[in-house]
Amino acid sequence: MSKILEKEIFSKNVVKLVLDAPEIARSRKPGHFVIIKIGEKGERIPLTIASADDKKGTITLVVQQVGVTSSKLINMEVGDEITDVVGPLGEATHIEKVGTVLCAGGGVGVAPLLPIVEGFKKAGNRVITVLAARSKDLVILEEQVREFSDEVIIMTDDGSYGKKGLVTAGMEEVIQREKVNLSVVIGPAIMMKFAALTTKKYNIETYASLNTIMVDGTGMCGACRVSVGGRTKFVCIDGPEFDAHQVDFDEMLSRLGAYKEQELEAYERYLKTAETTS
Amino acid sequence: MENILEYLKEERGQEWRAELRKSMKAKERTSRERVQMPEEDPNTRNKNSVEVNSGLLVENAVLEAQRCIDCPDPTCITGCPVGINIPKFIKKIEARDFAGAAITLKETNALPAVCGRVCPQEKQCELQCFYTVKLNKIPVAIGHLERFAADWERNSGNIAIPKTEKANKIKVAVIGSGPAGLAAAGDLAKYGYEVTVFEALHEIGGVLKYGIPEFRLPNELVDVEIEVMRKMGIKFRINFIVGKTSSFDDLKAEGYKAFFVGSGAGLPRFMNIPGENFNGIFSSNEYLTRVNLMNAADPEYDTPVISGNNVAVIGGGNTAMDSVRTAKRLGAERSVIIYRRSEKEMPARVEEVKHAKEEGIEFMNLHNPLEYYADENGRVNRMKIQKMELGEPDASGRRRPVPIEGSEFYIDVDTVVVSVGVSPNPLIPKALTDLKVTDWGTIVVDKETMQSSIPEIFAGGDIVRGGATVILAMGDGRNAAAGMHKYIQKKIKVN
Repeated sequence: MSKILEKEIFSKNVVKLVLDAPEIARSRKPGHFVIIKIGEKGERIPLTIASADDKKGTITLVVQQVGVTSSKLINMEVGDEITDVVGPLGEATHIEKVGTVLCAGGGVGVAPLLPIVEGFKKAGNRVITVLAARSKDLVILEEQVREFSDEVIIMTDDGSYGKKGLVTAGMEEVIQREKVNLSVVIGPAIMMKFAALTTKKYNIETYASLNTIMVDGTGMCGACRVSVGGRTKFVCIDGPEFDAHQVDFDEMLSRLGAYKEQELEAYERYLKTAETTS
Repeated sequence: MENILEYLKEERGQEWRAELRKSMKAKERTSRERVQMPEEDPNTRNKNSVEVNSGLLVENAVLEAQRCIDCPDPTCITGCPVGINIPKFIKKIEARDFAGAAITLKETNALPAVCGRVCPQEKQCELQCFYTVKLNKIPVAIGHLERFAADWERNSGNIAIPKTEKANKIKVAVIGSGPAGLAAAGDLAKYGYEVTVFEALHEIGGVLKYGIPEFRLPNELVDVEIEVMRKMGIKFRINFIVGKTSSFDDLKAEGYKAFFVGSGAGLPRFMNIPGENFNGIFSSNEYLTRVNLMNAADPEYDTPVISGNNVAVIGGGNTAMDSVRTAKRLGAERSVIIYRRSEKEMPARVEEVKHAKEEGIEFMNLHNPLEYYADENGRVNRMKIQKMELGEPDASGRRRPVPIEGSEFYIDVDTVVVSVGVSPNPLIPKALTDLKVTDWGTIVVDKETMQSSIPEIFAGGDIVRGGATVILAMGDGRNAAAGMHKYIQKKIKVN
């Protein structure tokens, strides 16, 4: 059981939740994720930890509504308890001083990117962050990212905020201007695919943090498997971060859609029950 | 060992046992046929999750118990990894002291209702039975009787809580709540320790819950056993990964003096053949976890599962049988085992293979997958298979499967479950850099005490063996508990 202590609505579909989880708060590092399950009949889904407060014993998750579980989650209120929260899982981000780090976050991918931005800055790097979203209201955590970035470039698809264009345009701008030693990209699989193609052109070492389907999150099931450099890896224990130039994003995209039909059916069922109970 | 033999002799010499032996001639006992386990109808049970074996009735259990001649040298016990006093519990059944039979089982086995169902008895106790060894007859149904006694006790509503020594207030940790962990926890509690079991998942039971299906081992029964352990004072913490949620050092600081690692064989193996990551191809761990632990087949539950019409399961072990029979129950029209050796080499329990055949499972033995193909959505729709023949024996003693060149052909499939074994879960070895592990990632331990290269850490089950049975894991758990007890007591004396 983990109690929700704070809730902040970022946009219609995105909320920030602060949970009481003292052990996880103490042990987690940038890059780690948790698995959560709501209620006896819930499914297990992975969510990357956006930040944590060791003293208060809390972790922060940023959740985007995409299916049944995330809908349940964003509709929970302060004081409600999440039945199961386990972690921190995965390998932590390898953070060291490398020079200039170009971080790129798409949509809610900015949440797991935040602790990495913070980590690289604190390790003495020059950090430039590109935040990308469809429109202004979907840009999240800008202030917090600014705190740990030397420069922030905002890109929106519709041009409602920052510059009009995709994340890759913002990245190219930086790369053409100055030497970049390392890049970290987190966001939807399709965004990471193109961000990785961009840095590959310039031969810049790049890491992507993958968010695949998982069940146990401890290496047991293999639902999260992905091809990296032609070899099968498990995101939960080998990742979640991998060399972005080696990841088979097309395979990952296909595997993310493995349950599309069932998910849609379940979501419709959920909406119906949500209607009748509200 | 000497002590055990003397103990067995003494027990056998007790008056009630001697009386019972005299009550019927040995010839009469050995002339009887073995009783049959009642089973659900194959064509009904392959559409539901009802347990296949329904258990012996009282009279049949007593009849079967009478077959046991109560040998002076009970070789059956040598076949039991946890050393159950087999003749004693069987004679208790013959004497109709069923509660006494259950208590006898629990002297050395924390989970008799489980073992009576899932142990490969034909390779263990029943293989060493006097009937098998000397008479060349069908052995006493030791497994069925074990199950009978445990079920009788549970159904009586009056389950004996094993006696524990006076609490010594020393904290010990058990990591993993599968069969190895539960066996270790049970014995450590008996020695008087303050035991906490840490489990990564949201339910207690490990493979007994996520792996073995309801039709072979009902979850309810595992829960009853866990309740007994709670009553013995054992604490359980779910959603807790030692080495991640808290480090070993954190737990030592909290006062834990020794650790038992029974974290299991958490990493499914794949064959690394082309197309293996297409949708609709699962590890057996994933497939069974979705159905057993997450209840994916029930629309009330949020976890989805793909239940195809045309399911191929790769492998010949118990997990492969569990998967292929689960697929049938989820509505598959064709549910087929693809195994690279012949039936004789199958590691699965004989009974599981028999049940699978009765339920309409097809067997493509001496076949091996080579490649998978998918439709435009990335869902598997076809696979390439090669025929095999048996060659010379390999390191396992089984005849090696050799591909027959030019024998490749294709079959249509929409779901594939890969059940070709597991590797040890790397989480614990990763968390302890000083821990000595083999090239395969299994933890190196002393064979008797189960102590690892780090003195306060003991280990057993699949994390040491790399993939074995419930009962071997339990045997390890028991040995480790004894090893930990010795280690802690010695340490106390020194200080």
